[in-house]
Amino acid sequence: MNFNLSEEQNMLKDSVTRFVQDEYDFESRRANAASDLGFNPKNWQTFADLGWLSIPFDEAHGGFGGGATDVMAVMEEMGKGLVVEPFIATVLMFGGLLNKSGNAALQDANIEKVIDGSLQGAFAYLERQSRFELADVKTTAKADGNDFLLNGEKTVVSNGAAANKVVVSARTSGGQCDEAGITLFLIDTDAAGVERTSYRLMDGQLVANIKLTDVRVAADQVLGDVDNGYSIIEAVVADVTIALCAEALGIMQKLTTTTIEYTKTRQQFGVAISSFQALQHRMVDMFMAGEQAKSILYRAVCAAESGADDLAKNIAALKVMTGRNGKLIGDEAIQLHGGMGLTDELDVGHYVKRLMMINTTFGDADFQQKKFNQLSHT
Amino acid sequence: MNITFSAEELAFRDEVRAFLSENWTEDLATRIRGLDDEFKAAQIEWQNKLNDKGWLAPGWPVEQGGVDWSVTENFIFETERSLAGAPDVVPFGLKMVAPVIYGFGSDEQKKRFLPRILKSEDWWCQGYSEPGAGSDLAALKTKAELDGDDYIVNGAKVWTTYAQYSDWIFCLVRTDSSGKRQDGITFLLIDMKSPGITVNKISSIDDHHSLNEVVFEDVRVPVANRIGEQDKGWTYAKALLAHERTSIAAVADSKRRLRELRKLLAQEVSGGRPLSEDTQFQNRLSNTEIELMALEFTELRVLASTADGKGPGVESSLLKIKGTEIQQAIQQMYMDLAGYYSGVIHGEETAETIGHAFGHDARQAYMYGRAATIYGGSNEVQKNITAKYVLGL
Repeated sequence: MNFNLSEEQNMLKDSVTRFVQDEYDFESRRANAASDLGFNPKNWQTFADLGWLSIPFDEAHGGFGGGATDVMAVMEEMGKGLVVEPFIATVLMFGGLLNKSGNAALQDANIEKVIDGSLQGAFAYLERQSRFELADVKTTAKADGNDFLLNGEKTVVSNGAAANKVVVSARTSGGQCDEAGITLFLIDTDAAGVERTSYRLMDGQLVANIKLTDVRVAADQVLGDVDNGYSIIEAVVADVTIALCAEALGIMQKLTTTTIEYTKTRQQFGVAISSFQALQHRMVDMFMAGEQAKSILYRAVCAAESGADDLAKNIAALKVMTGRNGKLIGDEAIQLHGGMGLTDELDVGHYVKRLMMINTTFGDADFQQKKFNQLSHT
Repeated sequence: MNITFSAEELAFRDEVRAFLSENWTEDLATRIRGLDDEFKAAQIEWQNKLNDKGWLAPGWPVEQGGVDWSVTENFIFETERSLAGAPDVVPFGLKMVAPVIYGFGSDEQKKRFLPRILKSEDWWCQGYSEPGAGSDLAALKTKAELDGDDYIVNGAKVWTTYAQYSDWIFCLVRTDSSGKRQDGITFLLIDMKSPGITVNKISSIDDHHSLNEVVFEDVRVPVANRIGEQDKGWTYAKALLAHERTSIAAVADSKRRLRELRKLLAQEVSGGRPLSEDTQFQNRLSNTEIELMALEFTELRVLASTADGKGPGVESSLLKIKGTEIQQAIQQMYMDLAGYYSGVIHGEETAETIGHAFGHDARQAYMYGRAATIYGGSNEVQKNITAKYVLGL
């Protein structure tokens, strides 16, 4: 048993920390998010040069062969910088789906390009009606000779605007909410019948709705087996949930530190407001919430690294606690900054909004708690 | 980063399981839940079984009869112990005064006291709190004045758990009040049979007797029973407080209680349906379980940093606060689960005639459980400590 990072993992973490320090002051971040792509391509090339884009891929594909611990080390630091570059969408989601697809030809054709930074990817899993249910899929895929024809609309696709290729979940059989009968297709975003509308979310990320009208996809562009895409989705969402919660942890730590520093400098009634016990106890609550979130993250990472039987339960617990503790820390950070906490000029509100989006992604704390209850009950 | 067990660690786990299944019997479990003498005898019997195996004193130096488990082995033992429902040792001798004795005591004191603690021949209690010194421990006033080879002790200690069973009490006493409050405190080991000691029972809201007031009137204590130097007692005691806070968290015991609670919820019914289907209960259970799953790893992180030689430091306050909040949340769920029966006081009538078994125990745990957020330095004081020493406020 150990909770230390390896030397290699520490170096990886340090390289992200340095990048955030040198290249990612708050004004740069604001400009990156506001750009047409929703991120800065120069930074993306830096990620490629530093080898970060290769982290989850195996060595046979030129990857780093990293696991949950490596991803955690990187994401925690990216959270501190509020990095908007689509590392999660392209590398962890899109790349993760390729990894778990078992389709060697698709892997050979695409992983290298993700690693060298030339390919942007996304995963289109949501639809207007689906809320947090990954299996609620109305988009259809009908066999047509050696091809499939896709029709439907996917929504709130992270990095959907910049992506060259998108993995789409579509129904090949079964009812609207059945886990069986979902198939994953790899499509080009410039293919005929693909129509994208992009918009921004409160955390600055650029997302897209993707309308599919008779989009023709060859059968060799299926990830995994026809009708059996759901288990791949579940496995990738589990991995990415850990990554998101690591990012959230970095944000929680940053907000706590920022708040403590602010109360030490802010004077009211002739003294620093950090001297008030009522505020000290609130900051201790923030600290404890962050430490507990860190512990449950470590727990989930250990479970993922060892392939534990109760991984799903650990991940649900992680998502619940990250959502709730993130809310506590975010609310307190704004409260203790007083009126300044409400200004767009200050970075605090932007960190809080990212925490809020992370809470929503893949199901909020209430949704995940229900899942945890079901897993505990059986 | 991982928590996988090596082959040796898995073998150790099997050994712990075998030991527990042989030694932690139904009969012993029944007797240890009893009152007064029955409880004390059963607790000693259990501790002796652990001692015979050499597992009573993890953390003690091996040459003093301790066992040098790794963090992982300690974790395995605690997990298995709690799964089996076996209780922790009574901490006052084994976990509280012993580290002070082997850490700061003389060779003579080690020889005299440690073997008797291991054999449970001496039962210890803790003389820290006073009527005027609770969470503000350094305000203590019980006075010790040197008179030849003895100290003469006068004053009173309060909230002294198990003083009525105890052979010895370890005390913080004031030997100098001229300087900083922390500077004039001395650590004394006092024989409870000394003339001038009176133990007064304090009846508590749980209908049990565990708390006492211990009054000292001209009690003579040989200088040989002083730990380390005069006026330096605060330093010795402080090292202990972090350990105390860590063990108060009682993570393994909360895991066991939560597991039992889930079983009870499946048995109890409301409107003909098991309460385990009630979404309110499900959410309360998972709120607590998730917090506990995290705390288990917080504890492991603290233990791992202890193993790296960094000591259970100021993070122990977090363990104490969260651990006791979880305990109280669990106690509350037992109470609510018991409903009307949480009010029942067992006397002549048995669970069979009343028709319900756990209400009385649930209330007792709930009532006494109020103490957990108060003792060991109240949770509010723990927040002050964290604000000052961890957050630098």
